[in-house]
Amino acid sequence: MMPSKPNRAAVVEHPHSFRPRSAGGKGRISVRDLDIVFATGSGPQRAVASASLEIQPGEFVSLLGPSGCGKSTLMNSVAGFVKPTRGEVLLDGHSIAKPGPDRGMVFQQHSLFPWKTVKQNVAFGPLMAGAGTREAESVANTFLALVGLSRYANAFPTTLSGGMQQRVGIARALANYPSVLLMDEPFGALDAQTRSMMQENLLEIWGEFKNTVLFVTHDIDEAVFLSDRIVVMSASPGRIIADIPVRLPRPRTQELLTTPDFMAIKRECLALIREQTLRAFEQQNQAS
Amino acid sequence: MSLNPSPRPSLSEAVASGPLERVERSAAKPAPAEAQPAVDGVVGYRRLLPVNGDRYLVRIGALLVAALGWHLASTYGFDFFVRFDNVPGPLVVGAEFLAQASSREFYLHILHSIQRIAIAYGLAVVLGVTLGVLMGRSRFAEDVILPYIEILRPIPAVAWIPLAILMMPTEQASIVFITFLGALFPIVINTVHGVEQTPKVLVRAARSLGASNAAILWHVVLPGALPSIVAGLAIGMGVAWFSLLAGEIISGQYGIGYFTWSAYTLVEYPKIIIGMLVIGGLGSLCTLLVRKACSPLLRWQTEGAKS
Repeated sequence: MMPSKPNRAAVVEHPHSFRPRSAGGKGRISVRDLDIVFATGSGPQRAVASASLEIQPGEFVSLLGPSGCGKSTLMNSVAGFVKPTRGEVLLDGHSIAKPGPDRGMVFQQHSLFPWKTVKQNVAFGPLMAGAGTREAESVANTFLALVGLSRYANAFPTTLSGGMQQRVGIARALANYPSVLLMDEPFGALDAQTRSMMQENLLEIWGEFKNTVLFVTHDIDEAVFLSDRIVVMSASPGRIIADIPVRLPRPRTQELLTTPDFMAIKRECLALIREQTLRAFEQQNQAS
Repeated sequence: MSLNPSPRPSLSEAVASGPLERVERSAAKPAPAEAQPAVDGVVGYRRLLPVNGDRYLVRIGALLVAALGWHLASTYGFDFFVRFDNVPGPLVVGAEFLAQASSREFYLHILHSIQRIAIAYGLAVVLGVTLGVLMGRSRFAEDVILPYIEILRPIPAVAWIPLAILMMPTEQASIVFITFLGALFPIVINTVHGVEQTPKVLVRAARSLGASNAAILWHVVLPGALPSIVAGLAIGMGVAWFSLLAGEIISGQYGIGYFTWSAYTLVEYPKIIIGMLVIGGLGSLCTLLVRKACSPLLRWQTEGAKS
């Protein structure tokens, strides 16, 4: 109970065992001319339309767009859950065929295995990669220390708060040392205070790993605060309509939220999103 | 986009300390305050009833009240639509029970029945869970197996007696077969139900962590289906006992079902009631054992519910 202790203190808990392996120039995502069409009851539905996107290794990119614009679908194609109807998605030059441990995934919520303890959840990836139980658990301990949840190692996920559960989710995704971290509105279900703390936490952790992050959100503040680049998507079908660089200094803290530079980028995003949200609204009205 | 309520505060959070937990804890504070009146209401109501261990006293008391009613009804020859004038009272049945309990024969009946239950139930668990998982995971398997299950399931155990005699090589095999069928269906149905409810996001999470199909089955599908499977196992045990009675009608010598049935043909009313009560008692005891044996596997559920 040392309130003045910085969050980073969590990392120091296991100074010997924690060796961040830098992604080492890996984690380049190339999306080329991507179309994703779903078959629905009322005919084919185009979720993503001719999207092209190049993400550099170690870059933090947010996908921003109104609800139902296909940003999660685009991310799922990088994850390997959804196959392109046309075009291709590449990771370091190789076509993505299926999900894999090189792309760690953090979901919105309720994605921890409730029958496994917090430690067993984090140890799952290393275990699947062929590590022994002991080795996997020691990796898990390291990553739990990283997210500051060592003391909950033997708790079951449902006994933790939403924010803690998401931190376990992040630790679990990172325990495989993925070159890419895919985050699908990971803080969307959290309350405002927890959310802003989680954002700072995430940036600290990312600072240790420097892997590529693709972050889906509909929260403009969140996108600007976290990212190197914001890719804005249009209302359905999802097209990429803007690619906004965020040249704000790092490390970033909450004070940044009120600076003129932050405001300028936010304003730019806001105008784009507002236009698209209105379009999405009209589409829904026409449909009903 | 999300309409999800903010996370519930948890017990662990209340004792949490350290820099990372502080903000979340304060953020979660308003919720318990809102919940307070409702919780108090429940507590106030609960106070009228005895707590925990005392609840078993209430349960035993409830049974004693029934026994007393039974005693009065048969002593005074209660006769209004339901007739008790020919029903032996609990004292007569109790005396007969003591007589039976001191005979070796009585325990042989019970032993034979337990043996048949063990074999039949063991087979039903293995086959039931296997079929259930197959059906839950493969649409083709479900389409092939489900028609059989749906047609055979409503057939009562007694109706199987003639066919069981015709088809099975020995009398013992016939009885085990009938008992097995009784236990099988609830286990299959509940396993299918549990397996089909596997949350998609957990399968995706496992896949993105590098899990193979076999690993997903073992680490995600089976544990997720377990609460439903355990419910099926408990129901299956109960059904096994009442199917056993039907099966043991054809038994020539031993079994608690045979004991009851032969008492019926010989018009020995006290023994009929003893047989019924023994089946009821053993059935619920075995169901309890199944639940107790499985409860360590479901610890995650009970601990989660506490918060």
